[in-house]
Amino acid sequence: MPDTTIPNTIPTFVLVGHGMVGQRFLESLAARGLTPAAGRARIVVLCEEPRPAYDRVRLTSYFAGRTPEELSLVEPEFMAQHGIELYVGDPAESVDRTARTVTARSGAVFPYDTLVLATGSYPFVPPVPGKDSRGCFVYRTIEDLLAIEEYAKGAETGAVVGGGLLGLEAAGALKGLGLRTHVVEFAPRLMPVQVDEGGGAALLRTIEGMGLAVHTGVGTQEVTAGADGAVNGMALSDGSSLATDLVVFSAGVRPRDQLARDCGLAVGERGGIVVDEECRTSDPAVFAIGECALASDGRVYGLVAPGYEMAETVAEVLGGGRAGFTGADMSTKLKLLGVDVASFGDAHGSADGALDVVYSDSRSGVYKKLVIGADGTLLGGVLVGDADDYGTLRPMTGSVLPVSPEQLVLPTGAGGPVTLGPSALPDDAVICSCHNVTKGAICEHTTLPEVKKCTRAGTGCGSCVKVIGQLLPPSQDTGLCGCFVHSRSELYEIVRTLGITSFTALLDSHGREEARGGEGCEVCKPTVGSVIASLAPTVGASGYVLDGEQASLQDTNDHFLANLQRNGSYSVVPRIPGGEITPEKLIVIGEVARDFGLYTKITGGQRIDLFGARVEQLPLIWTRLVDAGFESGHAYGKSLRTVKSCVGQTWCRYGVQDSVRMAIDLELRYRGLRSPHKLKSAVSGCARECAEARGKDFGIIATAGGWNLYVGGNGGATPRHADLLAQDLSDAELVRLIDRFLMFYIRTADRLERTSAWLERIDGGLEHVRDVVVHDSLGLCDELERLMADHVAGYRDEWAETIDDPERLRRFVSFVNAPDAPDPSVKFVPERDQIKPDLELLAGPVLAVRTLEGTPS
Amino acid sequence: MTTETLNANVVRVAHADGWLTVCDLELLSPGRGVAVLLPDGGQAALFMDRAGVVRAISNRDPFTGAYVLSRGLLGSAGGRPFVASPLLKQRFDLATGVCLDDEEVAVPVYAVRVE
Repeated sequence: MPDTTIPNTIPTFVLVGHGMVGQRFLESLAARGLTPAAGRARIVVLCEEPRPAYDRVRLTSYFAGRTPEELSLVEPEFMAQHGIELYVGDPAESVDRTARTVTARSGAVFPYDTLVLATGSYPFVPPVPGKDSRGCFVYRTIEDLLAIEEYAKGAETGAVVGGGLLGLEAAGALKGLGLRTHVVEFAPRLMPVQVDEGGGAALLRTIEGMGLAVHTGVGTQEVTAGADGAVNGMALSDGSSLATDLVVFSAGVRPRDQLARDCGLAVGERGGIVVDEECRTSDPAVFAIGECALASDGRVYGLVAPGYEMAETVAEVLGGGRAGFTGADMSTKLKLLGVDVASFGDAHGSADGALDVVYSDSRSGVYKKLVIGADGTLLGGVLVGDADDYGTLRPMTGSVLPVSPEQLVLPTGAGGPVTLGPSALPDDAVICSCHNVTKGAICEHTTLPEVKKCTRAGTGCGSCVKVIGQLLPPSQDTGLCGCFVHSRSELYEIVRTLGITSFTALLDSHGREEARGGEGCEVCKPTVGSVIASLAPTVGASGYVLDGEQASLQDTNDHFLANLQRNGSYSVVPRIPGGEITPEKLIVIGEVARDFGLYTKITGGQRIDLFGARVEQLPLIWTRLVDAGFESGHAYGKSLRTVKSCVGQTWCRYGVQDSVRMAIDLELRYRGLRSPHKLKSAVSGCARECAEARGKDFGIIATAGGWNLYVGGNGGATPRHADLLAQDLSDAELVRLIDRFLMFYIRTADRLERTSAWLERIDGGLEHVRDVVVHDSLGLCDELERLMADHVAGYRDEWAETIDDPERLRRFVSFVNAPDAPDPSVKFVPERDQIKPDLELLAGPVLAVRTLEGTPS
Repeated sequence: MTTETLNANVVRVAHADGWLTVCDLELLSPGRGVAVLLPDGGQAALFMDRAGVVRAISNRDPFTGAYVLSRGLLGSAGGRPFVASPLLKQRFDLATGVCLDDEEVAVPVYAVRVE
């Protein structure tokens, strides 16, 4: 069979393996003219599979209608054009390195001058009982895929063992075949090699959202088969079992180094043919490239890009040039089941002193982590769900980022020093991650409504609206909304000085000309409602937020004195001042939750949230709670939420003051206070700060000499540590300063402006606020204190007032024409022994549209 | 979609089989909505503005699938009344059902009579 007419003066290259890397090697030789056609070499290729090289990376696209022919990587004329001898379906069986010959399965013997092994890898099948049952497959070749496709015709359920890259590909294939698909991954997360825990969680959520059942942290104990020898299930390491008609093993790959072992070439302890930088094995006449090679950096590369680099290296070396493969970047970006996944550089932060900057939005399945070195250098990262920044971030690896790393992962971008605001972001930075809108796209517009309409940015979760505002040219019009030219603080002054007690009166007297006599809008109504409520005792308005016209101004949460959740149900949060609660009251909350079938969760503010109440249940729930001595927690309002505390001096050996008592006093003093945004507080009993007071709008930390007051702290998307306003205060001094601080904030802040943003915005910042509230530089303090005294004196529990008043209870009905009929769209399904919203019920018409699109007309 | 309300006191909403009597007008408060259960199991959101004009659109927020539009805030822009969804704040024109923030989205509008 060897062609003896080739003169001895030209070398014979034998390539064992015709996969993606093998084909790239041939192309590299051709590019250098090292071909039989050019009279420079004889080239023999032994290929095990029945077809020439194809795109294994895109194997799953077969199910999207791509034929095996379309997957081929070899141009039809390539072999003939270059005079390459390709033997398909005839793998190499043995190598005689002394004689320098390769024997193929057909019995043909090929002498070589240079042998190149590109045997790739084989799927690892864990040694579990039953692994060879009928219906067990691996997922590596087109033949595997055709066999799975055939077998799946008689199957309903499939399970993939392995939740890595290939496992998810295989799961996508099974799903594409119409099987109910399970993924079983031994590691605690999906894609454990590429992504970290957070990335795995984002991926998990998205993939489960596609209808795949994912089981992580469990191993496969056994594959069970029926009497007919066909797979019928799997036993898992957690003792559970899974019924399945088909199993695909995709638990990793191993280098195919048997041929090399048999002929005595050096292989690594854990497999892989040992090669040097030129990809030369322990025999100088033999090279190994791709997934079968253990590279000089001690790694086996399972990615195609490093394999291609090795192929180029060997071709260059064979052509007499100098080249070396010393290791490759393991960076990858791919779309798995439609989800972008990318990792680059030191993705796991293994370098000394490396720190993570992480953004995680499980709602939209986005997870971004940047690994930053001690000197600020970008070392690597993981992007899941949104990998668009990969193209800009990967090239920046190894350099110090031009902007703060938080801004590159945060869609809200508002974090970090002011000098690194959104203007410092590159044009391709994604500002709105819900709709994937970049800064460049936003900056093409000049107003927020225009941005929303043209790019949809800001119309998803809305968290980016503030940044969008900062990117747009400053508007000449600083009015609150389309109805008022005044800002919130100006409206506050108008209401206060003129004693205006109704929204319509304010709109008709102070609104924009075109808005007078109209309805107002969703921006100004709650804002004015809040201003009037804050000033109610002072201007003589009703302090009850559901009285008269006030009722129509409130957002739905205030309107129903509860928090609207995504399926139209509400959550209920009774006030637990300072986080202190008696066993009796805990039991009542438990009983109420049990009796009304509510989902319960402990909040971050040391209280208990009860979810899943229907509108008409709210008064019944609150009757029970009020009877037991609870009152509204105002979780629904732009008002004081909680004052957290640690146990303090009473119990804690470190405590220096009674932080619980102070927290209770403050919470009871400021409860119900309407403000431009929610207010949070905490009191820590010592400098150890267990109550996290510096993350609050006003935080108090005990000292040996009294209390330190910190203001302007925030958690959430834009964390900020509170600044020290005053030190070593007595109880009375503390309360007086907080009174003044809160009232000054309420008076001067913009709508929905937290104290942290307010403190940074107002002229003079913290110093100015200290001048006003500590040193009374504006002579306002008496008035501020009086306003707060009015509030404290006028406080009434909204829920106690509501359940005592039939007129006020009238709004708590599901339907005006069927007040007792439960809303049929508010339904729940079980999860972890509690309930969760049945969202499929709500998807109705949306699903119907999808079905229509998917049906051939 | 609208009817004058002179001396009227019963609100009716049009549906597939005719006019559904919903409630007395006095049960509505200006600037707020109520939910209506329709005979086919669907839901309408009924609103009365400052001038006493009553309008109805579907109660289903198409962006979230939740039946909550009746709990949104009423407003007007350029003289046109709208409701803002209480979930993600998209605004819907009460007269046409068209979303003011995304013209490709609209909700059904129901004719209303006050008699």
